[in-house]
Amino acid sequence: MIEGRTGPWESIIGLEVHAQVVSNAKLFSAAATDFGSEPNTQVSPVDAAFPGMLPVINRFCVEQAVKTGLGLDAEIRLESVFDRKNYFYPDLPPGYQISQYQQPVVGRGRVVLDMPDGTIREIGITRLHLEQDAGKSLHDQHPSLTYVDLNRAGIALMEIVSEPDLRSAEEASVYLRKLRSILRYLGTCDGNMEEGSLRCDCNVSVRRPGEPHGTRCEIKNLNSIRYVMQAIEYEARRQIEILEEGGVIDQQTRLFDSARGITRPMRSKEEAHDYRYFPDPDLLPLVLDPEWVGRVRAELPELPDVKKARFVSGYGLSSDDAAVLVAEQETGLFFEQVAKGRDPKAVANWIMGDLFSALNRLGVGIEQSPVSADHLGSLIDLIADGTISGRLAKDVFVDVVATGADPRAIVETKGLRQVTDSAAIEAVIDTVLAAQADKVAEYRAGRDKLYGFFVGQVMRSTQGKANPALVNELLRRKLSR
Amino acid sequence: MSDPSLLALTLAEARDGLARKSFSARELTVAYNDAVREIEPLNAYITPTPERALEMADAADHRRAKGEALPLDGIPVAVKDVYCTKDVLTTAASHILDGFHPPYESTVTQKLWQSGAVMLGKTNLDEFAMGSSSTTSYYGPVENPWRRPGDNRPLVPGGSSGGSAAAVAAHAALAATGTDTGGSIRQPASYCGIVGLKPTYGRCSRWGVVAFASSLDHPGPMTRTVRDAAIMLRAMSGNDPRDSTSAPVAVPDFEAALTGDIRGLRIGIPQEYRVDGMPAEIEALWQQGIEWLRAAGADPVEIRLPMTKYALPTYYIIAPAEASSNLARYDGVRFGLRVEGNSLDEMYELTRAAGFGAEVRRRVLIGTYVLSAGYYDAYYLKAQRVRTLIARDFAAAFERVDGILTPPAPSAAFAIGAQSEDPIAMYLNDVFTVPCSLAGLPAISVPAGLSLDGLPLGLQIIGRAFDEETVLRIADSLERAAQFRHVPSFVARGGQ
Repeated sequence: MIEGRTGPWESIIGLEVHAQVVSNAKLFSAAATDFGSEPNTQVSPVDAAFPGMLPVINRFCVEQAVKTGLGLDAEIRLESVFDRKNYFYPDLPPGYQISQYQQPVVGRGRVVLDMPDGTIREIGITRLHLEQDAGKSLHDQHPSLTYVDLNRAGIALMEIVSEPDLRSAEEASVYLRKLRSILRYLGTCDGNMEEGSLRCDCNVSVRRPGEPHGTRCEIKNLNSIRYVMQAIEYEARRQIEILEEGGVIDQQTRLFDSARGITRPMRSKEEAHDYRYFPDPDLLPLVLDPEWVGRVRAELPELPDVKKARFVSGYGLSSDDAAVLVAEQETGLFFEQVAKGRDPKAVANWIMGDLFSALNRLGVGIEQSPVSADHLGSLIDLIADGTISGRLAKDVFVDVVATGADPRAIVETKGLRQVTDSAAIEAVIDTVLAAQADKVAEYRAGRDKLYGFFVGQVMRSTQGKANPALVNELLRRKLSR
Repeated sequence: MSDPSLLALTLAEARDGLARKSFSARELTVAYNDAVREIEPLNAYITPTPERALEMADAADHRRAKGEALPLDGIPVAVKDVYCTKDVLTTAASHILDGFHPPYESTVTQKLWQSGAVMLGKTNLDEFAMGSSSTTSYYGPVENPWRRPGDNRPLVPGGSSGGSAAAVAAHAALAATGTDTGGSIRQPASYCGIVGLKPTYGRCSRWGVVAFASSLDHPGPMTRTVRDAAIMLRAMSGNDPRDSTSAPVAVPDFEAALTGDIRGLRIGIPQEYRVDGMPAEIEALWQQGIEWLRAAGADPVEIRLPMTKYALPTYYIIAPAEASSNLARYDGVRFGLRVEGNSLDEMYELTRAAGFGAEVRRRVLIGTYVLSAGYYDAYYLKAQRVRTLIARDFAAAFERVDGILTPPAPSAAFAIGAQSEDPIAMYLNDVFTVPCSLAGLPAISVPAGLSLDGLPLGLQIIGRAFDEETVLRIADSLERAAQFRHVPSFVARGGQ
């Protein structure tokens, strides 16, 4: 809910996500799809729309779309149709984009969101269809000319359209993260927004709670989750201000200006294209064999929601912790490797605490973690069997991050093994108390706060190696005398 | 010095002569290269390729000498200039493809060369295959080698494959490739007194053929005899994984189907093809055809194809719609003509205005209109539904008959310029060819007689999908009965 000058408003948001399909070849040609290649080196005569060239569907891209549809719990449509969307632009060589208009390959589905406040939101998926990407117009290579790079032209995209079920920029961001997570689990899109593998159009309108939807504006081509949130927040505010001034919203396509954090009109309804969609006569309807779809379904990996439920029921994790651990497939895998035969809660805490902050600092993902699952497991074992204290383990962890060494080796070479010999600890305590006789007197006179001071002194004298529980037990006994 | 008598041979005769080593592929090709030069006044070829022809002929002779001769080794053929030919100018008879040398070879021509055929050159046509007269070419109109006796006015060869038809009729190619979208093989074949076969949609690959209307474009052969058409079709056919609409069906030996025996075949005679104003001579020849087939033991029966009258308007919605989209790629950006402008839109406008002729512009506009928001349902969608009904008409008829006999065109060749002012009159030429184009069925035009003013007229046989064998068998029988021996007033005679 957004508080306006005249009362509360609700924003209504639907997202259209363009996800580049992970595939070695383009949707209708055999040209390669490597990112960052020299301009116009990954172009076949089909992509360049030379006369007489014909598209042939890449079945692997279809499989990727079907997989994604299954991952979105969506209806797989056994017959779908490729249409031509006609418009002129130099980076669109045939003058039309092959897309799916009225009969997409995937129908209704859903995505379940775990909101930070612990609530669950279910967002409807309207459809998913396959389409070609366009090339790239390069306006900055020459003062007066535009260059065209067709490497991207014809690469397969999945357009994933959500229902207008999202109600805030935050929900939109959680939705995008969840969608990206599902795509990565499935291996159907790498989700890399910087490289443009995942781009987003946002449809935003506002209304008074309970009233019908307002007129929407579409914000095109957002390539980061942060921009999506900024754009939605700005756009909702903009619309509320207009409405509160008594104005009306023009249905518009808008662009987000990330430098200024605002949206501005791209084209109005009057300039809107008439795309003249019609079924592409070069392609037959796409017909899927239900048995084949069944096999694709059977080969799906475990997806985040199912994994999360298993982490809760199988490992006894909290729902929040499980959600964090399953967000990335590699994290879940790492967790399960470490958790094998160990206390899951402790493992989860180590991963979500020290490991995540170390990875964040280093700017790497868990698959490049300097701390291997084996090493983290050893470290946790060292705590569990009393070899080192949890406190010391933090230091050992820092060493493992820095050196990549085995925690056991670090403990041995640095002599960090915990002191559990009560006689030795008693001796240290005696020395400390003798040296601090005046503080002992103050403590016994009622200054309880000094207790921590004594613990600190004892630990320092043992370089942190004294077993904290033993220290506690012996110290209390000695001080109470 | 070439041997003029070679030019009078049919493809089958030339093939057998080559096999007997009565003459070499080089001798045959030299004669045809001369013939191509001789018929220059007809403007049938846009780009002759005599040097390449000789190279290919020598290669054919070399293979034959080694005992490795291919089925069409040394047979000189012409290629309609919508087939992309590697490194050879390919124009679609349009200014907009100026200087376009494809870096690839169309599937059908590739198959011909792999069968040993020799490329004489690229033939003229209506721009982008849009037309029934071969007068809309950027490279000028094609003339029919036939003229009315005692009348010197040049006639159209029909279209759009008019250059191919004229070249074959004037003995300046043993055979040619054509493409048929609404009749562009059969109608010029009829106007020029040759055989034109539109195969089943999906029989011959469209890969590498400049598209006009994708769902209607049919590559096919144009020849002097039905047997030659059977030989050419076999070489041109076959499933092509690069064309999604190519059919995964086996290629039979079509020549073997020419048994001469059509006894017991039921031949449908559709009442709906008796259109108002059809010249009596067309009607009479059709009746003659019925009698020939009856005499050969076939069983002519009246059939109904009630949707026929909707075929022409349906075609003239679907074909321009597809064309408007297929021709969007000619934008001046990557190949062909570019006319610079002060903005991107101006460059598009100037390029396309200069690059496309009037008929192409007309069809692009019609096609854009019928696909526009608000009109799509009323025009394109409805046309597609009617198209389905037309196909059902044929399917129902073919439950009763094995072939259908009709005229291929409502007239003989007309004078150049006679119909250019009235596009509708021009479109009416397609009235008998368009229905089975919409249904994708195989159909052939066979020369069967002369009009009262001495011009060739054909008869059309339509068959079941992928049953070209029956179509060819009936056509062969018609050809035997008709004994069409007339030659045009202008044929290459090898410099005599």
